[in-house]
Amino acid sequence: MSAYFNPVIASITVRATLGRRRALLFAIPAAVLIALTLAVRATHPAGNSWAAQVLGDFGFSVLLPLLALIVGTGVLGAEIDDGSAIHLLATPVRRSSIVFTKFVVAAVLTMAFAAIPELIAGLLAPGSGKLAVALFAGALVGSVIYTAAFVMTSVLTTRAIAVGLLYVLVWEGLLSNTVGGARILSIAHYSLGVANAIYPDPDLRAGLTLSTSVILGAIVTAGALILASRRLSAFAIKGEPA
Amino acid sequence: MSVIELTNVSRWYGNVVAVNDITMSIGPGVTGLLGPNGAGKSTILHMIAGFLATSKGTLTVNGGPSWENPEIYRTLGLVPERDSVYAFLTGEQFVRATAKLHKLPDPDAATRRAIEITDMAAAEDRRISTYSKGMRQRIKVAAALVHDPEILLLDEPFNGMDPRQRLHMMDLLGKLGAEGRVILFSSHILEEVEKLSGTIQVMVAGRLAASGDFRAIRRLMTSRPHVFTVRSSDDRRLAAVLVGRPYTSAVEFTGRGSLQVRTSDFGAFCAQIAPLSRDNGIALRELLPTDESLESVFGYLVSNQANQGS
Repeated sequence: MSAYFNPVIASITVRATLGRRRALLFAIPAAVLIALTLAVRATHPAGNSWAAQVLGDFGFSVLLPLLALIVGTGVLGAEIDDGSAIHLLATPVRRSSIVFTKFVVAAVLTMAFAAIPELIAGLLAPGSGKLAVALFAGALVGSVIYTAAFVMTSVLTTRAIAVGLLYVLVWEGLLSNTVGGARILSIAHYSLGVANAIYPDPDLRAGLTLSTSVILGAIVTAGALILASRRLSAFAIKGEPA
Repeated sequence: MSVIELTNVSRWYGNVVAVNDITMSIGPGVTGLLGPNGAGKSTILHMIAGFLATSKGTLTVNGGPSWENPEIYRTLGLVPERDSVYAFLTGEQFVRATAKLHKLPDPDAATRRAIEITDMAAAEDRRISTYSKGMRQRIKVAAALVHDPEILLLDEPFNGMDPRQRLHMMDLLGKLGAEGRVILFSSHILEEVEKLSGTIQVMVAGRLAASGDFRAIRRLMTSRPHVFTVRSSDDRRLAAVLVGRPYTSAVEFTGRGSLQVRTSDFGAFCAQIAPLSRDNGIALRELLPTDESLESVFGYLVSNQANQGS
């Protein structure tokens, strides 16, 4: 693992990602989730099963993918877009090591700004200690898979944000809830599958079993990272056909 | 011994040919890659640096390919044209990070050395975002030199520099070349290439128009036919005098109160037109070169080469 993780790249990436008050920006969606939980708790009677809905629908379907999208496409994609990646690429560092390091940074930041808030919100919801832990575990898994997928997208295309949004909104938001087969390629469902295995709650509307979620999630993560490394090895500066 | 070898290299983007069948070899010393904008200079540099695949032909650096071969960066440094660096780092942090990415045994010493030769010590603790264009250029050179590479590629290194910075950079490149390194830089400004002397490769529209010793190419450029527009107190008399000179190949009255003079020897014409007018009691009012654009200079070189070839 240490052969793949490069601390110099990691520290530059963290500074680039969180610099210029962007850390505050990342904290806003998390704050919204916690505020929403508090507001619903104040207006709803205890015993109502709203917790899984709020935390599942907002936390899992909006907060987690959105943060993973911004962070995941930013850690490497921003450098590729503005051209500074060339300083990194003009060194003998292995391309797989660049991709892996960027992915680890993105995954950890997504956990900090999406999975941990999910845990806090879960603990705030009434009588749902076990649900909170389940959602937290699911969000951790989701952070890993989503960021791997979005790091890959940012290497493959300059329109990574648009592609990622389409995936989250159309594929996950629409298709995977109406067309059963689409769930097989839905990262949100992998995350829900894990959460549901720890604390089964019908309101989570999990569509996949634990083993399916874990196996598919591992395949998607590994595949995305390998593909991204391959693509980065053949990184070409955009030509100016003049 | 040449280190960079291009053999019949072409690169195209869809239907557009950026680099057309170029063969050249580049060895130790300073080599200038000269040509107007869009001639394909950057494309060549990017291919040598391993950031672009050739569409055709072979390109080797130290005997091996550069495309998909990150190992070449142990002996090659690149200074890209774009200014984008990690601007939130200080100059020193940026160079040190590069040293660490190269896994140098003593990154501190390497950082100090690179900052010293580029004369950036005074600004090393400032963030790169506060640097002037010239300083950014120098810190990029420092980062590219930190692993003491045998080959240094620079894409338009003098762009946006003031004259003093330019001189300093020329000095530095000259010194690095004299140490036996392979220094290849691109420029669209004749004088920059001339001052650094050494050998040059002239590119026009994706092709290699001329290559070799700078002085020979400079001669080729100055002795080419030139067209001047001349206004004087007595155009007819001046025309008569000029026709008698060996360097005049044609004189034409434009009908707008001026002469169009074609000369076969730029240097001789420029040196003699003023004393000649004075000696004949003619006052020169205006002397305008009509085709001084770089493109026409390069265009001439291309047609000249084509004539020699046939």
